[in-house]
Amino acid sequence: MNPVMKNSALFALVGVLILITGFLQSWNTALLILNMGLISAILALGVNLQWGFAGLFNIGIMGFVALGGLAAVLIAMPPTSDAWVAGGARVILGLLMGVATIVAAVLVQKHMPKGRVRNSVTLIILLGGFILYRMIFDPAVDAVESVNPALTGYLGGLDLPILLAWPVGGLLAAGAAWIIGKTALGLRSDYLAIATLGIAEIIIAVLKNEDWLSRGVKNAIGLPRPVPREIDLQQSASFVERAEALGLNPVTASSLFVKLGYSVLFTIVLVLLLVLAQLALKSPWGRMMRAIRDNETAARAMGKDVTRRHLQIFILGSAICGIAGAMMTTLDGQLTPSSYQPLRFTFLVWVMVIVGGSGNNFGAVLGGFLIWFLWVQVEPMGLALIDLVTSGMSSDSPLRNHLQDSAAHMRLLTMGIILLVVLRFSPRGLIPER
Amino acid sequence: MDFLNAIVALSNFVLIPAVTYGAQLALGALGVTLIYSILRFSNFAHGDTMAFGAMVTIFVTWGLQGLGITFGVLPTALLALPIGIAATGLLVLSTDKLVYQFYRRQKAAPVIFVIVSMGVMFIMNGLVRLFIGPDDQQFADGARFIISVRDFREMTGLREGLAIKTTQGITVVTAIIVVALLFWFLNKTRTGKSMRAYSDNEDLALLSGINPDRVVMYTWLLVAALATTAGVLYGLDKSFKPFTYFQLLLPVFAAAIVGGLGNPIGAIVGGFVIAFSEIMITYAWKKVLVYLMPEMLEPSGLMQLMSTDYKFAVSFVILIIVLLFRPTGLFRGKAV
Repeated sequence: MNPVMKNSALFALVGVLILITGFLQSWNTALLILNMGLISAILALGVNLQWGFAGLFNIGIMGFVALGGLAAVLIAMPPTSDAWVAGGARVILGLLMGVATIVAAVLVQKHMPKGRVRNSVTLIILLGGFILYRMIFDPAVDAVESVNPALTGYLGGLDLPILLAWPVGGLLAAGAAWIIGKTALGLRSDYLAIATLGIAEIIIAVLKNEDWLSRGVKNAIGLPRPVPREIDLQQSASFVERAEALGLNPVTASSLFVKLGYSVLFTIVLVLLLVLAQLALKSPWGRMMRAIRDNETAARAMGKDVTRRHLQIFILGSAICGIAGAMMTTLDGQLTPSSYQPLRFTFLVWVMVIVGGSGNNFGAVLGGFLIWFLWVQVEPMGLALIDLVTSGMSSDSPLRNHLQDSAAHMRLLTMGIILLVVLRFSPRGLIPER
Repeated sequence: MDFLNAIVALSNFVLIPAVTYGAQLALGALGVTLIYSILRFSNFAHGDTMAFGAMVTIFVTWGLQGLGITFGVLPTALLALPIGIAATGLLVLSTDKLVYQFYRRQKAAPVIFVIVSMGVMFIMNGLVRLFIGPDDQQFADGARFIISVRDFREMTGLREGLAIKTTQGITVVTAIIVVALLFWFLNKTRTGKSMRAYSDNEDLALLSGINPDRVVMYTWLLVAALATTAGVLYGLDKSFKPFTYFQLLLPVFAAAIVGGLGNPIGAIVGGFVIAFSEIMITYAWKKVLVYLMPEMLEPSGLMQLMSTDYKFAVSFVILIIVLLFRPTGLFRGKAV
């Protein structure tokens, strides 16, 4: 069987799995899996860019996804004008003060001659800047957060169309990646991994605690949507008429219509990014990246600026994760910082890339769909299995109840086993790099 | 008097918690550093190994309590600890046989090991959640305090109270014993010496007839003992929750890296550096400063540099600063 046939068969298999879900469970579930599968595929593309093309070990994906989510809030939510009056300008001033302090310290480090004077000047700038920053920033934050805390208590967004948040999410993630890359990319791979893990936790901590920015754990809810609301569709006479012509209940039809709308939007983004990634892989730039990955020393000897190229691809890959994060928040319609967990948002994406085939864009996309499907479906499958195994026990048996409660955790176990089995028996993934 | 009160407040809220936390981190970091120097990879499953060991210990503790066996004023968990270590040892040895051995034979790149350890992390995390569930578990029993706030006030007549929890005392004492045993083992016994030789130069060690399988086995057993002890002490002192243990990965690795990966003394120092900075930066200093400053200069705010939720940021910033100025850590670590 030639590779093209095999790959098409693998994609067809995932398609069939989703169709089976549609027939056996419900089309709603199937579309939910499809939509998150599309987003997962985009995430996997981003990680594949970093790991598969350049061999960069980034386990801070969760942070970039969350930044994308933040972009959705900052772009699409209406601004809280009272909060802006109360302390908006001072918050901005405080942040500028913080940035100015850091810039001044960096400039001092760069331009003054080495020695004790330079160190003390840096220290004085940092300390003084920090105190000034807190003096401006803290009261401003209190003022903003006390404006109607039950409903707003944050600065709000720009009230722009939410689709704009997708590229902006990418930009935000790219900016963060630039800062991280500048400091941490020179480090060895293990150190880079821990550094990115730490950055991701910090970003989540910021989203959870800086209520003025993201409403923190109070969650920013009710984000505007790029597709119509179900309730509006149900009230539109022409929609109800068409749904009934298809033999569908208007409520179901509206929900399916909305999800399909998201699917179309996500597919457009995925195809666009996939084409770009494919062009990049086949270009001289892509070959150079892989040359750097395979032998850094040789590439450097050939005159390639390895550090710059690494920074470049780190930013690109993170930007893609940011886009996916903004899309995910758009789909959910809310930003819930406490829902970001590294196993789900970082390590699961790694499983997708490794299982799909690192270094191959189609592999990453396949991995995204397949692993997401399993992540969702392992739970009901595990429950069914446990029901079958324990069917002989009485319904109030403690062991049976415990096992049924635990079925939800089967998915972590399954993901680990899948990852280890693929690494052992097909280390290059389902669709290997060519 | 005010000065003494300040010292007491400082000890109560900063020094004692930081020493305890530092000891727990140091034990965790020692495990990470041993794997790094002998098996030559960063083990991402370490947090979950700690969770697994703590979980087995908790089950045995519950069993002992059910049988009516307790350890007097000390927590019953200490009686259960050896069984927890044995079970964890069994788990990591079988993981090694089933998973890591294959890649060692292949001489796979370290980064492959790291990815493999990600898979092991998923499995261990899943196992722990499957057995004990994702919720908080309290399993400390015995006396709660060595010195309680009220006793201390009565003893000294100071306004500030000082409390030392039993778990804090036990953490420090156990950590000292474990570290002493570890260093004795590494420096004095034949197996320990062969482990160090293997870590310094694998080829030379193999040439001189050291059995690599034995070295690997002893390493895993030591790691199981260290991880379980760290996990149980942390759980006794705070509480047991699988997700918290997973999150410990960051400070534990930060400690190992700050000290210099592969260097046991570095791991201990790194643990305390991380613990002290985390607690000092997230502590509200108002209480201490009120005693020390003249009345007119008394601080109005909490004098907290950062809110407690940013403790990860602290370990991270320390990590970056150390790596930028001293790329191999405070005590020269090694690089694979």
